[in-house]
Amino acid sequence: MKDRYDVLIVGGGPAGSTAARFAAQNGVSVCLLERDREIGVPVRCAEGVSDTGIRKIIDINPNWIAATIKRFRFHSPTKKYVDVSSNEIGYVFYRRIFDHDLAVEAAKSGVEIFTKATVCGFTKTEDGFTNVLVRYENRERTVQAKIVIAADGIESRIARMAGIRTNLALKDIESCAQVLAGNVDIDPGRIDFYLSEKWSPGGYVWVFPKGNRMANIGLGVNGSMAKGRSASEYLNEFLDQNFPNASRLTTIYGGVPVTTNLSRLVEDGLMIIGDAAHQVNPLTGGGISSAMAAGKMAGIVAADAIHCGDISRKKLCTYENEWNRTIGKDYRRFYRLKEWIRNMTDKEFEEIASAFQGMAPTDVKISSIFRMAVKNKPSLIVDAIKVFAGF
Amino acid sequence: MIRINREICDLCGVCVSVCPEDCLELTETYLRTDNNICIGCRFCIKVCPVGALSEVEESDERPL
Ligand SMILES: Cc1cc2nc3c(=O)[nH]c(=O)nc-3n(C[C@H](O)[C@H](O)[C@H](O)COP(=O)(O)OP(=O)(O)OC[C@H]3O[C@@H](n4cnc5c(N)ncnc54)[C@H](O)[C@@H]3O)c2cc1C
Ligand code: SF4
Ligand code: SF4
Repeated sequence: MKDRYDVLIVGGGPAGSTAARFAAQNGVSVCLLERDREIGVPVRCAEGVSDTGIRKIIDINPNWIAATIKRFRFHSPTKKYVDVSSNEIGYVFYRRIFDHDLAVEAAKSGVEIFTKATVCGFTKTEDGFTNVLVRYENRERTVQAKIVIAADGIESRIARMAGIRTNLALKDIESCAQVLAGNVDIDPGRIDFYLSEKWSPGGYVWVFPKGNRMANIGLGVNGSMAKGRSASEYLNEFLDQNFPNASRLTTIYGGVPVTTNLSRLVEDGLMIIGDAAHQVNPLTGGGISSAMAAGKMAGIVAADAIHCGDISRKKLCTYENEWNRTIGKDYRRFYRLKEWIRNMTDKEFEEIASAFQGMAPTDVKISSIFRMAVKNKPSLIVDAIKVFAGF
Repeated sequence: MIRINREICDLCGVCVSVCPEDCLELTETYLRTDNNICIGCRFCIKVCPVGALSEVEESDERPL
């Protein structure tokens, strides 16, 4: 580890590795620090991605793909279901391999990566650079950087150290539990969602196939609606009722921010990306491809700022503005939809399922399901049409 | 004050993300609380996916 770098990135998830690669490819020196012993582990994710989302950032390696998804099924509380076929191709990934490979690509671009390296704090130097306090193995040291990129995931404490409030409101977090279930009888090319207040209040249950009779089965419970029970208790109940014979090959827990992104994504010499910036689709909870999109934007802008010798908030705002104009704008619409759907009752879910009974999957569009869901809230219909255009 | 059941805490960081006072800090192998600045809002307890957190009277706290 050297004493100074142009760009120092905190966190080796999809956001950090992508930002690192694009900054390095644009000609600046980059160091990436990851607290854990191994990039990509532990996996706290259902591993579902869309082909277009990933392909915008990186070519898809077949080794990442556990299952290819072409169909969706939504289950109502009484297990009526609605089948939807989509033109969009989805995958269930092996994130352990995927995150690892993203870091390998970053390293090949010249990024210096360290595991077991935790960022504990930082101070500003007189010339506007940042002295980053790093605990690496059993020693503390100071590394100087012109720009720090905070990609430290849901905890988002790096931005807090700079005085930005990143703590989530209870209604804006999904508390999640998941198992990799073995020996389950499922359609290997279909993703299933179960919607019910009883199984996962303010969230949903997912069944994402992973091949060989396995599936990631998990759920999210809204932080403000859990009624004193933990996500793991909800999941156990769901599994006992719906997959009583499943083996549980992996058990994981985690949280997903379901809100709009931080109002300030950059400060002088600091950029915030990925879960740390709350850049997750608040309706689906998908954050992998948006973390990477933000990483790409931030990496390119950071390198340009270094070349121009201007690391001010004003300069770095190119990234903030690009995000807010593009994905951020869509996600604000998704947030309004999520706030409505979060409060829907089992009776309403049942009504929607009933309305689509007997229809062929090719005739059911995701946009029509959501239009039906918001029919009593006309102001949201435009949102539903805009964000699901093409689905 | 907040007590962590270390037998079941999975170090997932969800509690850290909601703490308004930033009194929770995660390392790779340990969750640390600073009970001097905890305001007792219980947000962390409500979002823990495994129910590893609880509120206890000061006198209940066992030494580690
Ligand atoms: C149960 C669950 C299911 C999900 N399912 C999906 C899904 O199906 N599809 C999807 O697209 N998204 C899903 N997500 C969301 C997705 O996992 C995240 O959006 C994504 O991982 C965000 O990437 P990131 O790089 O921002 O953060 P992370 O992947 O969380 O990486 C942050 C990294 O920073 C490190 N770090 C933290 N603090 C420090 C520090 N001080 N110093 C050094 N390193 C530090 C952490 O160890 C971690 O490795 C799911 C999330 C959960 C919890
Ligand atoms: S939310 Fe619960 S399991 Fe996760 S780190 Fe906090 S105490 Fe541990
Ligand atoms: S009770 Fe509130 S202030 Fe105290 S640790 Fe939990 S979230 Fe933080």
